[in-house]
Amino acid sequence: MNVELKDINKHFGKVHANKGINLNIPSGTIQGILGENGAGKSTLMKVLSGFIQADSDSEIILDGKTVTIDSPADAIRFGIGMLHQDPLDFPPMRVLDNFLLGLPGGLFPNRKKIAQDINLLAKEFDFSLDPESYVDSLTVGERQQLEIIRLLWLGARVLILDEPTTGISALQKEKLFATLKKLPEQAMTVIFVSHKLEDVESLCDKVAVLRAGELVGELKPPYNTQKFVEMMFGKMITLGERQPSQTGETILSLDNISLEDARLKIKNVNVEIKAGEVIGLAGMEGSGQGLFMRACSGLMRTVGGRIQLKGQDVTGKHYHAFKKAGVNFLPAARLEEGLIPGLSLTDHFILAEQPKGIFIDRAAGQSLAEDRIKSFNIRGTPLSTVESLSGGNQQRAELALLQSPLSLILLEHPTRGLDIESVIYIWAKLKERCKQGAAIIFISSDLDEVLQYSDRILVFFNGNVSTPIDTHKTSVTELGQLMGGKGWTEKAGKNA
Amino acid sequence: MTVETILIGLAGVLASAAPIIFAVLGETLSERAGVINLSMNGTILLSAMGGFAVAYNTDNIVLGFLAGMLIGALVALIVAFTSITLKQSQVAVGFVLALTCRDLSYFLGSPYMGVTGPRLHAIQIPILSDIPILGVLFFRQDIITYISFIAIVLTWVWIFRTRPGLILQGIGEKPAAVFIRGSNVNLLRYIYTIIGGALIGLAGPAFSLAIRAGWMGTISGLDGIGWIALSITIFGGWNPARAAFGAYLFALLQWLGLVLQPVFTAVPSQVLQVAPFPLMILTLLLVNIGNAEWVERTLAAMPESTRKLFAKLLRAMRASPPAALGVPFERD
Repeated sequence: MNVELKDINKHFGKVHANKGINLNIPSGTIQGILGENGAGKSTLMKVLSGFIQADSDSEIILDGKTVTIDSPADAIRFGIGMLHQDPLDFPPMRVLDNFLLGLPGGLFPNRKKIAQDINLLAKEFDFSLDPESYVDSLTVGERQQLEIIRLLWLGARVLILDEPTTGISALQKEKLFATLKKLPEQAMTVIFVSHKLEDVESLCDKVAVLRAGELVGELKPPYNTQKFVEMMFGKMITLGERQPSQTGETILSLDNISLEDARLKIKNVNVEIKAGEVIGLAGMEGSGQGLFMRACSGLMRTVGGRIQLKGQDVTGKHYHAFKKAGVNFLPAARLEEGLIPGLSLTDHFILAEQPKGIFIDRAAGQSLAEDRIKSFNIRGTPLSTVESLSGGNQQRAELALLQSPLSLILLEHPTRGLDIESVIYIWAKLKERCKQGAAIIFISSDLDEVLQYSDRILVFFNGNVSTPIDTHKTSVTELGQLMGGKGWTEKAGKNA
Repeated sequence: MTVETILIGLAGVLASAAPIIFAVLGETLSERAGVINLSMNGTILLSAMGGFAVAYNTDNIVLGFLAGMLIGALVALIVAFTSITLKQSQVAVGFVLALTCRDLSYFLGSPYMGVTGPRLHAIQIPILSDIPILGVLFFRQDIITYISFIAIVLTWVWIFRTRPGLILQGIGEKPAAVFIRGSNVNLLRYIYTIIGGALIGLAGPAFSLAIRAGWMGTISGLDGIGWIALSITIFGGWNPARAAFGAYLFALLQWLGLVLQPVFTAVPSQVLQVAPFPLMILTLLLVNIGNAEWVERTLAAMPESTRKLFAKLLRAMRASPPAALGVPFERD
């Protein structure tokens, strides 16, 4: 389907989120939409998918006909389906019911026929989706697959994907891209929204770059990464060379520890982590990295083995004992577990300082907040509530809240969903901590990030943990294979 | 005690659970749609009084039941309007309504105190009522008890087997996802809250026109039933079949309290009368204890076989509430 966006404007109050965007997407194209957080990509896609309506002078033309899209249901009738970043499905329900929900028809649905349809579609795209399994038992990647075949089954001719590679493994990404590349053959149009350069470069036929609500321009292959970065940020940015860290005394030593929860078991892990070192945890989501992190932070008790922090035995001790020993944990869910929605930055800094006495010294808190906001480059005021900040600024705020001095920093997806500028900034701050003698353990689903910033890597696969792998001796390919469960005997046999 | 008296007693348990069944099913529908109707305790009292008053004045029992449903629906409409349209706290509004409706029923009901009015009588179903044991238990009840049996099945089938039921599950779970699939979330929430309210309103007359015929004001012994029904809804994991089981369990405990009184003469009678309430709370605790993190941690350190057994048991009992319960839906 041919999609033409003509002079799309959208105001939210005073904010001009889309400024006169003109974009023409011919049938059978994979169109990339690139831009940093807040560039207006999501707004544009929400307009096209009927979630919100553009200002009145804007025009959407499908196959030469001007249309008005009033709701997402309207959009799907026009053949536009959107895969949201956080899949809009129903976790406690079965795959089959997710498919069925909202379909018109009689009182009692024909479950058998739908199950057949799902199996057929899944086969066509080489997905393994059991119609009877529950959605909350699926990985993010599988939930995306479910949404994709559901949208196609509903008759989508234009598929919009909003940041689909966030939170899925490298293997799942490969599969997703292979699927998407098949769609243009059937005259389908794919719109791929992302802030990841390598993703759009490897997938898209052409890429439109948005900055501050405006369409800066369009690029066609062969792509020039530097050009993209310039268009996205209006200036040059480089990652810099990988720098190995200087290491010191042993901070954390795990002696034969075993962990388990309802789903997963990890057995006999032995690692020693030194001051100044950065350890990356690679693996598909839910392979045991989360358990490992929670054990290191004292949030979860080990089933066996010993944990020592700077030579002191803390096995089975409470989280507070770990915290006292200089362990800080930044969970992936920033607003749910890391920060307190509703409280301002000042409130957060006051809480983190743990002042004595009953009454709050507001003035001191305010000046402390101003100080930290400046030194951590947070876009916000001392009175901004944390939920009003963007993801990148929330992450900066979390870093600014870390106590000092620290011996061990545990991070879950420290840069997930952030633009490249924030990523570089956050890692610079973290490396500073390493120089001051802290060790860092972090989880990331982005293998390039793991390779760029870690000194050693632990790969997780289904509860198996590899022995530490030196970063300069490995590659994306090798890590990707280990994450997918291949090549375990020689590398990691000890723990398997 | 002969077998016959025990059977009649158990049949009485099924009948006395009927009002609680209606209340629990109504609340389940409402909460499945994402709206907590906390007014239940007041609604039951007000509809008991109102239903009785209408039946007494018109000498028509059916009108009495309809009046009860209308009262329930109207109270639910207030809950729906304040929470869905005005986006106010469902807990605060529901709580105030629970208190207001209760006091209103005592105030408006004073002329009907102790008056003898119409009441339902048991209907023996031919042939079926002669089946040994089952006949006494199930087929010599009054019409409202029969309806309560049917209502359990219908509600269960509606939620878990029909197309609209699937949408109902969805709007309590993730309204935005239902919205993109083309349904009008807020309209549906209104409809289910009002239908749920009407069912809750059926509970009142089921007391005052059947099992505890008449209106006795503050000594009716109905105050508190609504709160128990609320906890049974949770115990039932928002599933009509499990909720019905909870309601019968509660009625059984109440009956045992009465039956065991002469046996345990040393125990003050009040203890046995009140016992069902704390026992219900204890059950709730047991059912939901698996949700606590410390339980998971304790289990993780237990020997393999014990751990597996407990984990299985806890998971089977555990139920999680609709994710969007009490959360207003706004289109972006």
